[in-house]
Amino acid sequence: MKAMIRGNESIAYAFKLARVKVIPAYPITPSTLVPEKISEFLANGEMDAEFVPVESEHSAISAAIGASAHGVRVGTATASQGLALMHEVLFIASGMRLPIVMGIGNRALSAPINIWCDHQDMMSQRDTGWMQFYAESNQEGLDLGIMAFKIAEDERILLPAMVGIDAFVLTHTVEPVDIPEQKDVDDFLGEFVPHYVTLDPEKPATLGSFGFPEYFMEFKYGQWIAMERAKKVIDEVFEEFHNKFGRKYSKVTPEFLEDADIVLVTMGSMTSTTREFVKKLRKEGKKVGLLKLTTFRPFPKEELRALLKDVPVVAVVERNISFGFGGAVYAELAATFANESKKPKIIDFIVGLGGRDITFKTLNEVVGIAEKALKEDVDEVNWIDVNKEAVLKAEGLL
Amino acid sequence: MDVITRGAVITEPGNSVENKTGTWRVFKPVINYDKCIRCLICWQFCPEPAILRHDDEETKQKTPAPKEALKKLPVVEIDYDYCKGCGICYNECPVHAIDFVKEEK
Repeated sequence: MKAMIRGNESIAYAFKLARVKVIPAYPITPSTLVPEKISEFLANGEMDAEFVPVESEHSAISAAIGASAHGVRVGTATASQGLALMHEVLFIASGMRLPIVMGIGNRALSAPINIWCDHQDMMSQRDTGWMQFYAESNQEGLDLGIMAFKIAEDERILLPAMVGIDAFVLTHTVEPVDIPEQKDVDDFLGEFVPHYVTLDPEKPATLGSFGFPEYFMEFKYGQWIAMERAKKVIDEVFEEFHNKFGRKYSKVTPEFLEDADIVLVTMGSMTSTTREFVKKLRKEGKKVGLLKLTTFRPFPKEELRALLKDVPVVAVVERNISFGFGGAVYAELAATFANESKKPKIIDFIVGLGGRDITFKTLNEVVGIAEKALKEDVDEVNWIDVNKEAVLKAEGLL
Repeated sequence: MDVITRGAVITEPGNSVENKTGTWRVFKPVINYDKCIRCLICWQFCPEPAILRHDDEETKQKTPAPKEALKKLPVVEIDYDYCKGCGICYNECPVHAIDFVKEEK
């Protein structure tokens, strides 16, 4: 069924179609519409689930852990400061190996207060042991939301997953979305069977136990193994989804890569703008390609090495910044090639923080510097579309 | 039971019988049975609970309490396998019949 829906509704539909049984959630801009839409489904009797209103995001994720440990499918949604407030509990969800799925309306973090799009919120949760997917469109938000359950719940994996949809650009923007039929999603996901020990009075067990130094590293190594195995399971699930629903997904999607001198690496909604821009450049005869990163955790090192090893210049275009180094994607991509003999020159471009639009003008500036990098050395980290003069004055440097 | 499970789940309950938890004690309570008035306040307050209570002729035989003390029931006993040495019993005893002494290992 084709429908005109917003990105937040994509996540809500994914939860409904996955027959999620418990949704503990606390509203926060820009993802408020997720619990709102789910409440509407529940009020209309379209969904059979328990909605748990909580007093904070910290409680939302804690309740999600409790429900998931009980052995039911659990989903929640948050963004920005809400995700940051969940931080310590995110480690517990992954450490307990609970396959919770969370929709994130990717938003900037304060200060200054800003409710608009960038990827700082999810990037800051990189090391919490959650899988991370970034959607380009509302359709991808819905599809990845459904697939995230299948991947997370796979007996080989058992890790929680986040699906990021860009604040406002996706969360609040109406797009045509193909909503799959319930019976097809039921077929695809199968009946929920927890492949883990659950809280059951008939069969007592201790969940959330103490881990002495003699054992702790082994549990962490288990999570490492699961994340490595997830790479293959993600491919399998993407393939199965493609066969069933006709939409193709990949951890990394290359476009116009053959003979490219410059490849732009993007994530999320900026990919659509970049694709149009790359098409325009190709018409002008410029050898520029595009590589979309859908999966950030696990980081698809193998695919990236294979696709980018012969490219002269890779321009990472990203909406996050780790002060004191550069963007997170740049850092990981550079590390991915650290021990390779054949590697591209990798240049970082910080764009679109706090909802600043990423336009052809932005990308033109990126490609301009990348072209320069083909011939000479350029800065490793480049801030694009920034009033540098004003900042240098404020910092007393001008 | 496997020591390493996914998610650090302890799949079989009741294993605290095997895992003695009193090893980190620095001070230990010692009951002075001459002073003890059998009020059972220590037994009530022990958070562990690591104070065992013997009410009848049969179970009292297992206690290490001196024979003299066993004449008057109930009798309490400290389970040093699980006592963490928090000192609550020492603090609560109304007749100061519990000493709190440095653990010698």
